[in-house]
Amino acid sequence: MVDEKTRETLDIWVAGTEEPQFQPTDEGTQEFGLDETDARLDDQFGRVVSDDYVFDDEVADDERMVVNMGPQHPSTHGVLRLQLELEGEVIRRTKPIIGYLHTGMEKTAEQLTFSQGPTNVTRMDYLAPLHCELAFSLAVERLLDIEVPPRAQAIRVLMTELNRISSHLVALATNGMDIGALSMMIYGFRERESILAFFEKTTGLRMNHNYIRPGGVVVDLPPGWKDDVAAILVDMPQRLVQYDDLLKDNPIWLARTEGVGVISPEEAIAFSITGPALRATGVDWDLRKAFPYSGIEQYEFDVPVGENGDVYDRYRMRVDEITESLKIVEQVMDTMPKGDYRIGDAKITPPPRARIDESMEALIHHFKLFTEGFKVPEGETYMAVESPRGELGCYLVSDGQARPYRMHTRAPSFYNLQALPITMADSLVADTVATIASMDPVMGDVDR
Amino acid sequence: MSPVLEQLAESFQSVTWEVSHGQDVARVPREDWEAFARAAEEAGFEVCLDVTAVDWMRQRPERFEVVACLLSMSHKLRLRMITTVGREEPSVPSLTPIWPGAGYAEREVWDMFGIRFEGHPDLTRILMPDDWEGHPLRKDFDVGSVPVQFKASHQVN
Repeated sequence: MVDEKTRETLDIWVAGTEEPQFQPTDEGTQEFGLDETDARLDDQFGRVVSDDYVFDDEVADDERMVVNMGPQHPSTHGVLRLQLELEGEVIRRTKPIIGYLHTGMEKTAEQLTFSQGPTNVTRMDYLAPLHCELAFSLAVERLLDIEVPPRAQAIRVLMTELNRISSHLVALATNGMDIGALSMMIYGFRERESILAFFEKTTGLRMNHNYIRPGGVVVDLPPGWKDDVAAILVDMPQRLVQYDDLLKDNPIWLARTEGVGVISPEEAIAFSITGPALRATGVDWDLRKAFPYSGIEQYEFDVPVGENGDVYDRYRMRVDEITESLKIVEQVMDTMPKGDYRIGDAKITPPPRARIDESMEALIHHFKLFTEGFKVPEGETYMAVESPRGELGCYLVSDGQARPYRMHTRAPSFYNLQALPITMADSLVADTVATIASMDPVMGDVDR
Repeated sequence: MSPVLEQLAESFQSVTWEVSHGQDVARVPREDWEAFARAAEEAGFEVCLDVTAVDWMRQRPERFEVVACLLSMSHKLRLRMITTVGREEPSVPSLTPIWPGAGYAEREVWDMFGIRFEGHPDLTRILMPDDWEGHPLRKDFDVGSVPVQFKASHQVN
């Protein structure tokens, strides 16, 4: 038997030696974390982010840590490398390092003829290849001073708007995956597949279509295209409701996105941000309204505009833009003009395959087009389209030959990426992937 | 020409104005590059969309053209300003003090053409590796002139 003194010293409990005591607990009434004021919580959740980089003298250098994120990090959307300077959990400085996917496409463009050009540019922004082709083709047509037939314009609008939907679906999917909403990843890629199937049926390829070329489009829409587009139009709105059920009011999603990665309209304009990231800050700017191209002004649609400029608003922009693009697609489908899908000028567009067997002229034209290409008069021009990521421009200089003297692409991801340091300054390291994903950079577009 | 551009044209007599395929182009002398950009920013061109360059080699008296695409959201206007730079140690004033968004684009032009931008905060290579020699988008940089590694591989058993 243990004596009282030993028991007390060693704190041994022996059954039956103590009076059972009833001690009411105060669980439920006690307050946890008294110092967690609203202001402190806002700071911890990243709802209040001061974007000004403040150098703190009191922090010793060895308390800062430089972390390399990427280029092989799965959440950097390709080969983006970020140098993050961390102070504990807080990012003090960010430096994006790019160029890992640089393949010299602008140099390549100088070696390819104008008719081969779309093959090259379509590989730049591989999630919106049709927009790249459209910007290039518009620039070539502007230098040639030609106007494509109404049907070609309508097909271009149809295809690029479908491309916008498929690109935004990937953006939603990857944004979801990075924050942990894995179902969104599966859903987004599933619905994108239906659009890619239609692209494959029309252009022959799921990506890198080389479909929109100077002078029109390369081939007419396939028989039964209306059924396919109608199926997408019926399917997508139901899917969007599902996405909203999944994410829109989801408390975890809101906590991870609201007030995170905030950028003000002034900063967005100063750093040349365009596209959904600009509109999320409340700036009503869409090239399709401001400088309409390819006859897009005849279709009715709205431009969704956000107000906070945070990750959540950028996510909403994409969902709303899918709805608006569906409206455009429906109108194009109903009003698709009849006629030719490319201009009839045999010097610019190749003859139909059947004509080559019957006509010497057609054979010569075909041969000349695919060996020499067509010559474009001297001049320079800049044409821009609203790609899913912003203003995608093509600056084209011709010296009168069959190859561009200089082709430069104004890549929207390149400029949007530039604003990452101010977007992520003084935010938590856990919000990095959310911010990157919401900017939706495509590294092929950044590095070219 | 729109009233905004006419006002700009009045204050800068040295600038030549062109309409290139329906788009307004201002050919600015190199000395006026920064002053003109500042005036354009004050006139309502809030966004500098793009800075790029063209290498004309021997086709023009001045070898390089530096091109900046500006955008005015308030006036719904575009303007392209172009200046020329000579062959020897080409440099132009940087636009980053006026539009911070020009920073990456100017780094790209430095990387690809070797044109310096005076006053740029961080003029380093952006797309090519740091130890790269030459500037790839110059016309005298041949496509096939990159040294090929592992040339003797077929001799290895």
